[in-house]
Amino acid sequence: MIIRRIAASVLIFVSSYAFSQATSIPTNRLINPEDLIKILQSGKEQPLVLQTGSHNLFLQAHIPGSEYVGAASTDTGLQQLRKRVDSLPRNKFIVLYCGCCPWSHCPNIKPADDAMHELGFTNVKVLYISDNFGTNWVDKGFPTAKGE
Amino acid sequence: MGFVVGLAVAGVLAGLYFYHHSRGARSNSVVLQHRVAPDFTLPLLESGQLRLSSYRGKVVLLDFWATWCVPCREETPHFVELQQKYGDQGLQIIGVSMDDSPDPVRTFVQQFRVNYPVVMGTADVGSAYGGVLGLPIAFLIDREGRIQAKHMGATDASVFEKGIASLLAQ
Repeated sequence: MIIRRIAASVLIFVSSYAFSQATSIPTNRLINPEDLIKILQSGKEQPLVLQTGSHNLFLQAHIPGSEYVGAASTDTGLQQLRKRVDSLPRNKFIVLYCGCCPWSHCPNIKPADDAMHELGFTNVKVLYISDNFGTNWVDKGFPTAKGE
Repeated sequence: MGFVVGLAVAGVLAGLYFYHHSRGARSNSVVLQHRVAPDFTLPLLESGQLRLSSYRGKVVLLDFWATWCVPCREETPHFVELQQKYGDQGLQIIGVSMDDSPDPVRTFVQQFRVNYPVVMGTADVGSAYGGVLGLPIAFLIDREGRIQAKHMGATDASVFEKGIASLLAQ
């Protein structure tokens, strides 16, 4: 019985880490909320900001000006992401974010980042959200928008 | 010898797993606590409607989740067990999926043999509960329809069971 329980824990651990790929995104590709705010308020070249998580979460609160493309852990979400960026110049400044789950558990952000690099985009940043969008963005009083 | 080493490795991995999860788990029982849970009527996954207030008299565990959310997936088997164990005593777990489409939810419900109702959530319902801006989020509601606890992120099944047993005993 104990062996079975240990085996189950190991399986959950392994399956969990199979999804926990956000931690493998190189730190030089990450951007903190505070730094993104500075860029958005700078008046300089504005990035295209894309949310790659849940539409219901996006409708409740999102970064002003950002667009919802779909959960990138799903085929549909990845297709929508590729479709959205396909016609853009490969040096376009793009910021990806999700915030559905704690960073180490986010299933969406790494597939989105991978897809962008497979498409040849060279100026992509990933917003580092340690806990979730509510805690690390909304609760900090950063600008938010609701609805579409 | 190999068995002992294997056991030790498994123990270390399991320890890392629980340490890792405990870092992401937080509980906020202040927001909305003791207020009547906002009522809603949402379509059930297969057919019909679910109205939350129709479950007055039962202890309700309202779980906001999504099929692609890893902690949500890990919690589901525990919820199935809790529903089976405490259903006769008055527990009703209700899943509110925040997926974009019901198709993967139907598949998930079948795969995990979910034994409680699941509805497709909306942004309005999420906002009514103070904003569902991270998953999973679960609310424990007493028999009078008041929110008694809010659990954000991966939460140990024993925490849910303790809260459920306490409310069932009231």
